[in-house]
Amino acid sequence: METSGRKTRPNSRGWRRGKPRGAPNPRRPDSDPGPHLGWGSNPESSPGSRLRPHPRPRPHLHTEPDLEPVSLQTPSPDSVSGPDLFFVSESDPVPKPGPDSGPGPGPGPGTGRGPGPGPGPGPGQAPGMLRDETLDGATVPSLWRGSLEIRSESKSCQTASISTLEGACQAREQVDAEIQTDPPSPVALRYATQQDIPGLASFLRRVENLIIRELDKNWQSHAFDGFEVNWTEQQQTVTCRHTLCYPLAQAQKLQVTSVSWNATGSVVACSYGRLDDGDWSTEKSFVCSWNLDRRGLNPRQPSAVVEVPSSVMCLAFHPTQPSHIAGGLYSGEVLVWDMSRPEDSLLWRTGMTDDTHTDPVYQVAWLPEPRHSHRFQLLSVSTDGKVLLWQAAGPGQLQLTEGFALVVQQIPRNTKLKKPTRGETEVGVTALAFSSFDSSLFILGTEGGFPLKCSTAVEVAALTRMPSSLPLRAPAQFTFSPHGGPIYSVSCSPFHRNLFLSAGTDGHIHLYSMLQAQPLTSLQLSHKYLFSVRWSPVRPLVFAAASGEGDIQLFDLRKSSQKPTVSIKQTPDESPVYCLEFNLQQTQLLAAGDAKGVVKIWQLSTEFTEQAPRETEDLDQLATEVAS
Amino acid sequence: MYDRKLFCLTFSMVCIHLLQAEVEETLKRIQNHKGVIGTMVVNAEGIPIRTTLDNSTTVQYAGLLHQLTMKAKSTVRDIDPQNDLTFLRIRSKKHEVMVAPDKEYLLIVIQNPTE
Repeated sequence: METSGRKTRPNSRGWRRGKPRGAPNPRRPDSDPGPHLGWGSNPESSPGSRLRPHPRPRPHLHTEPDLEPVSLQTPSPDSVSGPDLFFVSESDPVPKPGPDSGPGPGPGPGTGRGPGPGPGPGPGQAPGMLRDETLDGATVPSLWRGSLEIRSESKSCQTASISTLEGACQAREQVDAEIQTDPPSPVALRYATQQDIPGLASFLRRVENLIIRELDKNWQSHAFDGFEVNWTEQQQTVTCRHTLCYPLAQAQKLQVTSVSWNATGSVVACSYGRLDDGDWSTEKSFVCSWNLDRRGLNPRQPSAVVEVPSSVMCLAFHPTQPSHIAGGLYSGEVLVWDMSRPEDSLLWRTGMTDDTHTDPVYQVAWLPEPRHSHRFQLLSVSTDGKVLLWQAAGPGQLQLTEGFALVVQQIPRNTKLKKPTRGETEVGVTALAFSSFDSSLFILGTEGGFPLKCSTAVEVAALTRMPSSLPLRAPAQFTFSPHGGPIYSVSCSPFHRNLFLSAGTDGHIHLYSMLQAQPLTSLQLSHKYLFSVRWSPVRPLVFAAASGEGDIQLFDLRKSSQKPTVSIKQTPDESPVYCLEFNLQQTQLLAAGDAKGVVKIWQLSTEFTEQAPRETEDLDQLATEVAS
Repeated sequence: MYDRKLFCLTFSMVCIHLLQAEVEETLKRIQNHKGVIGTMVVNAEGIPIRTTLDNSTTVQYAGLLHQLTMKAKSTVRDIDPQNDLTFLRIRSKKHEVMVAPDKEYLLIVIQNPTE
């Protein structure tokens, strides 16, 4: 239809009509109402002037697209081309014939309002005007095309702009990726793939018998027993490395009550006080520390000195903080100092409250917190029968977190203890040692002379009326057979979970197994008191004891279980040695403090520092043999 | 033809499987011997292939003992070119370390002979 229409139209002014079509099309995209253009073009094409139509439609289209049809219609009546509008919006040729044929318009208006019927009546009413048939409605679809084109054009524009943006984003991501790939992670352990299983299998088949044979031989052979290589120069004798003292304290005739090595093993601290006189004293005393690794160490000038208003009975360096040290006073107070700050060294103190000990504190110990093994609590024992656990709370203040009390009625009664005559009687605690294998288990040495096995995990409340902010519990679980006098020191073996030593005023050392009340062995080392006993941290069968006769006795149970292997004279005038401590880091060092106010650092001979083969076995055997 | 190929493939896979089981079995036998602390197999480059110890220990042992074994081997051969290293044992205070060398692998066994 179209083709035919066109053929007929060109005869008249087809090419011109073509122009108006083309002209409106480019404009259409600008304004949405594409179809209106068609309308607009029609009136222009109306008989009026051909030149005008072009300018006219443009303003209409741009400014008032909706109104166009109206405006178009109004002019159309002026010109006879009104009907043209109905017939062909798209094709201009229609109007031309319109004017030519008078009748064409006539029917047009009648039916023209309805777009669909428009074309139908046109031809029907003017059968004679065959040319007018070209006005067929086929032109309507072309409007759709136009509109479709518009839409597609706009779409294409949108996609193009979006795609460029995305491209830029992707490029940024790539840059990031490069950064990520920069650090290559080294492969720690690469297991070979299964590719060469046959080779591996045959290799193992070849060497298995050889290896098994050698393993058996090793196990049975005693060829290397007692074979020692002297890679380092042997230290044949025990020698005194340093003689440390603080002249000011010596002038007061104070005694060394306790020594302690710090976490690094290079600093030794000692506390000054009095053990021999039981009177209440307000005499000031000192805590002194020496750094043995410091160049130009002056043995008479401590690296740090702290003045304390009361006699210091015990010291314990923090297990991990090299400069923190805890001390227990004769007054019952527990303090923690920072030795690296000589001006303001006091870190925490318990103060004098209801919770504080009422008797001298005889031992303090650092205890890892149950849930945070790197944080530590402070445990103190005193002759008032209390075992208290402290924790730093707030600035400068130690707060009680747990408390235990020992009352005679609650002591397990497997030994012949005198029944207390009336009421409650506290059991004075003079020594404390924690098990190396079970952090809740500890041994207490008492004034009554019997060691007690205790646990921090107990729940039984203590039958005591001692004032305390926390309920006190009764920790005792087992009582061992007693010494002839108060116990001054206990020590748990670092190599055997059941063995511990105790020493007391009767001059005896008892070796106990935690499984039985009777001691495994009992040795009389002195006719006077024994003030301290310590297991060696490196040799399972070695321990040292400090005696009231002024010497340190080193025992090697492998050599003899009756007499000391080495006896060192610490004091020339047989004044007692009160404390001794092995160095856990530099294991050849032993510090001992005496009644003269002197701390001596002893360098042990190699036989006390080098573990012999099968020594742990021998210790196990000792524990079971003597027990049976 | 295709069946035969498939059969060969299956057969070799079964064989590999059996050999792998044998390897694990052998290592377990050695590991369960008295006093044995650890067993490992190291390849010619010193890279551990099998181990019963933890990663860091294995890497350390494998690297150092591989070097030591190569040094011992070259020492023996330098002294006498007709001779060769067949076994290396190291006695220490705590352990006895045994190395069985081979062209492609080293078997390292660490034993505590006194406990």
